[in-house]
Amino acid sequence: MSTGAEQPQQLVDHLFRHEAGKMIAVLTRVFGIGNLELVEDTVQETFLKALQVWRYGQLPDNPSAWLMRVARNRTIDLIRRQQKLANLSEELAHRLQSSTENAVDHFFLDTEIADSQLRMIFTCCHPALNPEDQVALTLKTVSGFGVQEIARALLSTDSAIQKRLYRAREFIKSETIRFEIPVGHELSGRLDVVYTVLYLLFNEGYNSLKADELIRHDLCAEAMRLCKLLTEHQVVADPPAFALLSLMCFQASRFESRIGEDNTIILLQKQDRNKWDHELIRMGYYYLNLSSRGDQLSVYHIESAIAAEHCLAPSFESTNWSALLQLYDYLLQRKPSPVVRLNRSIVVAQLEGVHAAIDLILDIPGIRTLLEQHYIYPAVLGELYGRAGNCNEGRRLLQMAYHLTSSLAEKRLLQDKLDALTVGQNDHEEIHRRPG
Amino acid sequence: MKDFLFIFRGPAYEDLHLTPEESQAAMQRWYDWIGELSAKDRYVGGEPLHKEGKTVQGNKPVVTDGPFAEGKELLGGYFIVKAESLEEAAQLALGYPDFRINGSVEVREIMKIPMPS
Repeated sequence: MSTGAEQPQQLVDHLFRHEAGKMIAVLTRVFGIGNLELVEDTVQETFLKALQVWRYGQLPDNPSAWLMRVARNRTIDLIRRQQKLANLSEELAHRLQSSTENAVDHFFLDTEIADSQLRMIFTCCHPALNPEDQVALTLKTVSGFGVQEIARALLSTDSAIQKRLYRAREFIKSETIRFEIPVGHELSGRLDVVYTVLYLLFNEGYNSLKADELIRHDLCAEAMRLCKLLTEHQVVADPPAFALLSLMCFQASRFESRIGEDNTIILLQKQDRNKWDHELIRMGYYYLNLSSRGDQLSVYHIESAIAAEHCLAPSFESTNWSALLQLYDYLLQRKPSPVVRLNRSIVVAQLEGVHAAIDLILDIPGIRTLLEQHYIYPAVLGELYGRAGNCNEGRRLLQMAYHLTSSLAEKRLLQDKLDALTVGQNDHEEIHRRPG
Repeated sequence: MKDFLFIFRGPAYEDLHLTPEESQAAMQRWYDWIGELSAKDRYVGGEPLHKEGKTVQGNKPVVTDGPFAEGKELLGGYFIVKAESLEEAAQLALGYPDFRINGSVEVREIMKIPMPS
C-alpha cells in the first residue's frame, strides 16, 4: 500500500499526450478510420482508469505499458461484445476469442504501433483536406492535443477548431479513405503534403509570438517527433525527411536565445551564440548528413543548409554571406516566393550594401500590396531605408509595420527601431548645427 | 503521531472530459501532494474505490445497488496519513488537489483502542 517514495513521482513529460496518439493509431487499425469516435472514447476511458487508480499513490513501474495494456483489454472487450451480439455457438465464440486476442496483440507490437502512427499521419494529411484541417486533425489524432490546446497553438477559437475537426472527420468518413501508407508514386506525392504539414506545425510553434511559450515549445517538439518517426521507417524514410528534421534541429537550437526576458525579440545579430543548443546543432548536422543521398535536392535541403550556415558562424560578423547568397539563389529557383526574395535581399544588403537590397525588395512582384498587408515587408524595408540614411521613408515604413502586427513583442522591436532612427536623426541635426 | 483517514469525495473524472494533457496535469498534482506528504513522512498509503457498490440496510435488510450519490459527492478513495493532531491533519489536507473541481476531504482520526492497564 505504501509507496515509500520520498520524492514526488514524476510522469514522463507529455506521457498521456504521446500515448493518446499511439493508442488512437493502433485502435484505428483495429476498428477502422470510420470509427474514430469509438476509438477516441476508448482512449479517454483508458486515461480515466489510470487517473482513478494511480492518483492514490500507485504509479505502475511502466506507465506507458500499463496504459497500452488497458487499451488492449478494452479493445478485446469491445470486440467480444460485438461477437456476443452475433449469437454464435459457444464453441465458435471460444475459438474466435483466442484468435481475436492474437490479432489484437499483433497490432500492439512496437513496430506495428509506429506503422499505425504513420498511417494516421498520412490519413490526416490527405491531399483532399484543406491545409488548415490537416494541421488541426494531425494535432488532435496523431499528437493527442485537446481542442483548447489546438486553439491556443494555432491562435484560433475552440469553436473554429471544433468545426475544422468535424469537417475533416466527416470527410474521412464519407470518402472511405484507406488507412494505409501509400506506396510507389503515390507515396512521394503524399509525402510532400506530410512535409508541408509538419513544417507548418513547426513554424506555428517557432514563429508565432502571440501564443504562449509552453504550447509553442510543444508544437515544435511535436513536429520534430513526427518528422523523426518518418525518418525511422524503412520505406517512408526519404532524403527530404532527413533534411526537414535537420532544418528543425538547427532552428530549434536558437529557440531559447531568440526571446529575451519579458518576451522581447532578440535579433540574430544580437543573440548570444553560446546560448544556442549545441546538442541540437550537432543533431542538425547529423541529419543533414543523412539527407545527402540520392539525387533529390528538396527545398528543405537548401533551407537546412542556410540554417547550418548561420549555426556555423562563430559571430554574426563572420557569417559567410556569399555562401548564403548562393544558397538563396538555389532556393529562389525552387521556391520563387516573396518571402524568399525578401530574405535573399537581406543577404544582399550585407554583401552589396543597402541600396542594392532596397532595389531588390521594390522589384518583388506585388510588393505594393505586400507592404500593406504583411508587417514583415515594411519592417525590413523600413530598416534598410534607415540604414541608407533616408530616415523619413524608414520611419514611415516602420510605423506601417507597427500597425500591421498584433504581436506585442514585434511592436516593441519596431518601436526600438523607430526610436533609434529618431535619435540617429537628431544627432545628425546636432552635428549640422554645431559648425553653423 | 496518530493515524488519520482522508476520505475523498468529488466529481467523477469522466464527467470532466479532460484532454490527455489535462489528465496528466491532474495526475501530477496528486503525485506532487503525495510526494510532499511522503517527504514529511506523513503518507502511509491510499487506495481508490470502485464506483460500483451495494448498500445493505433496513430492519429486514435489503440489498440495493448503489449508493449512487450525486456525481459530485462520489466517494473516490482514501488516504491514511500520519499527523500530530486533528488540526495538523486538516492542515495537511489543504494540499488536496481537487478543491478546484469541487471535491472535498473528510478528515477523521483512526481510533486506537488502548490496552487497559
